[in-house]
Amino acid sequence: MNIGNLIKISLRALNNNKMRAFLTMLGIIIGVASVITMLAVGQGSKKSIQSQISQMGSNMIMIQPGTGMMGGVRQSSSDMQSLKLEDYYAIRDKTSFIASVSPSVSSSGQFIYGGNNYPASISGVSPEYLEIRKLTIDQGNVFSRQQVASAAKVCLVGQTIIKNLFPNGENPIGKVIRFNKIPFSIIGTLKAKGYNTMGMDQDNIVLAPYTSIQKRVLAITYIQGIFASALSEDVTEKAISEVSTILRTNHKLKATDQDDFNVRSQQELSSMLTSTTDILTILLACIAGISLLVGGIGIMNIMYVSVTERTREIGLRMSIGAKGKDILAQFLIEAILISFTGGIIGILLGGGASFLIKLAIHWPISIQPYSVFLSFLVCTITGVFFGWYPAKKASQLDPIEALRYE
Amino acid sequence: MSKSIIRLDSIKRNFQVGDETVHALRGVSFSISEGEFVSIMGSSGSGKSTMLNILGCLDTPTEGEYYLDDVAVSSMNKNERSTLRNRKIGFVFQSYNLLPKTTAVENVELPLQYNPEYTGKERREKAIKALDAVGLSDRLYHKSNEMSGGQMQRVAIARALVNDPVLILADEATGNLDTHTAYEIMVLFQELHSKGRTIIFVTHNPELAAFTNRNIVLRDGKVIKDSANEHIESAKKLLENLPKQED
Repeated sequence: MNIGNLIKISLRALNNNKMRAFLTMLGIIIGVASVITMLAVGQGSKKSIQSQISQMGSNMIMIQPGTGMMGGVRQSSSDMQSLKLEDYYAIRDKTSFIASVSPSVSSSGQFIYGGNNYPASISGVSPEYLEIRKLTIDQGNVFSRQQVASAAKVCLVGQTIIKNLFPNGENPIGKVIRFNKIPFSIIGTLKAKGYNTMGMDQDNIVLAPYTSIQKRVLAITYIQGIFASALSEDVTEKAISEVSTILRTNHKLKATDQDDFNVRSQQELSSMLTSTTDILTILLACIAGISLLVGGIGIMNIMYVSVTERTREIGLRMSIGAKGKDILAQFLIEAILISFTGGIIGILLGGGASFLIKLAIHWPISIQPYSVFLSFLVCTITGVFFGWYPAKKASQLDPIEALRYE
Repeated sequence: MSKSIIRLDSIKRNFQVGDETVHALRGVSFSISEGEFVSIMGSSGSGKSTMLNILGCLDTPTEGEYYLDDVAVSSMNKNERSTLRNRKIGFVFQSYNLLPKTTAVENVELPLQYNPEYTGKERREKAIKALDAVGLSDRLYHKSNEMSGGQMQRVAIARALVNDPVLILADEATGNLDTHTAYEIMVLFQELHSKGRTIIFVTHNPELAAFTNRNIVLRDGKVIKDSANEHIESAKKLLENLPKQED
């Protein structure tokens, strides 16, 4: 018997018991729909984290002084003075995988303008910092090399600062704000970036030439950190090892000495966060998978009933020439048809549910082709797996007994 | 002498029930030629059903050999016997065994579906022809649950005819029908016989044996009588003489 006929027979059998077929299918529908939805939610949050990280600069490399001992007291890394401007110059001039590099020093305090004040920290950086952190100028200009060289008291401000110091909507360009009594004139504003994944306000930012912060605010000669960007995300690892080599040479460390600095990239952060969401996704998929399993058992159960109910039909088919494998194929196809149809409906329903989630609670979702393919595959396998045993049982019936079955 | 369709050579069939061995058939031998209309009779326990199962290639004898159309059946495996049934035998059952909610023509097509030599179109043509032969050409697309018992049995007979079998095997084919309809079905069998079909009619009802041209009687697993029927009754005549039903 050919496959077309078998499908026709199965369709009729299912059609004769519409409600039962639908209820059996419902198990699969719910299973598949939940797999699709859960994976969509999991993948969506993973994607949104990845895109936020790349907005922060996915090829960014952060260099911080390592923790060390000073006079027998372990110091926090920001108090260590192991990074110097020479390190910055060396990284700037001697590397081949670094696109831009900026030193970083910062101080926190209260900004004052007129009757308004707002607590924030001011970062001393070079103009390349904007490129590294993917910041863009809204109005005005970045400070120039001359202004860096002369430690000019100029700054760039982010939108949160503007909102708090200029609540009446004044144009901040050219205004002078005070930071710990030191006046800085605003020469540019930064475009809004919003909150990042970790809930940090990326617009709460004031940038000034690093020389100005070093000399006029902190009165230090060392730097607190270096930000750099690799030429591309792929060469980040190479850039990190290059930077480490340069710093070790600069700091005259022996081969046995430990690094007195830390080089970190966003990749670590990215892999940490995505592994968290991966675990979440796996967890959700497991729950969904269990419901698919329950659906499969439903199929098996109903196929058993169907075989018992149609014992006489099986006997008749055998007596007029059906072989065991014909009967096996007939019932197997019926089971597969249930799971297959359930799978299609489930995918549509899962897609719809994901879309609703996006609309209603604004969770990021992302339906992966592989999850659709996977759940399709799984439910077909479910059909075969759970349909096999009842179908096998049917095919092994003795036609004489089956014909006599009441 | 015309060609022999069935040849039984001292057939024995034993069943193991617990520790006991039940001898259902204790050495049965006879042969049936092409074009015969044979009734096999016997009370329950006579080995009639076992006989039917062996003749229908649903079961194989414990001892002895059974030749259907000159093919030895005993040594065949399950699948070979399935194919043999599909090509050579047409079954008619007491309870019709039609597929529920399925049209007459589709029910009749069923045996041909298990024969890959036929295309869909050929199947349909042969099914319509078979239904025509049993006088149901106006009921082709009626579903099995929309028909009377007599009509259902006609569909079942058409199904038994559709594969041009060498043998039609009827098991109490009129057992579920009222006298009037039963006679109608017997008329049909006699017609088929007159057209050269070989028919074996298994029944416990001696009345029906009168319509066949040879009677075989079984008792306790042995043939106790095998004789030609001298006075073949015409079912058609009896049907005409039957008092009109008032309904």
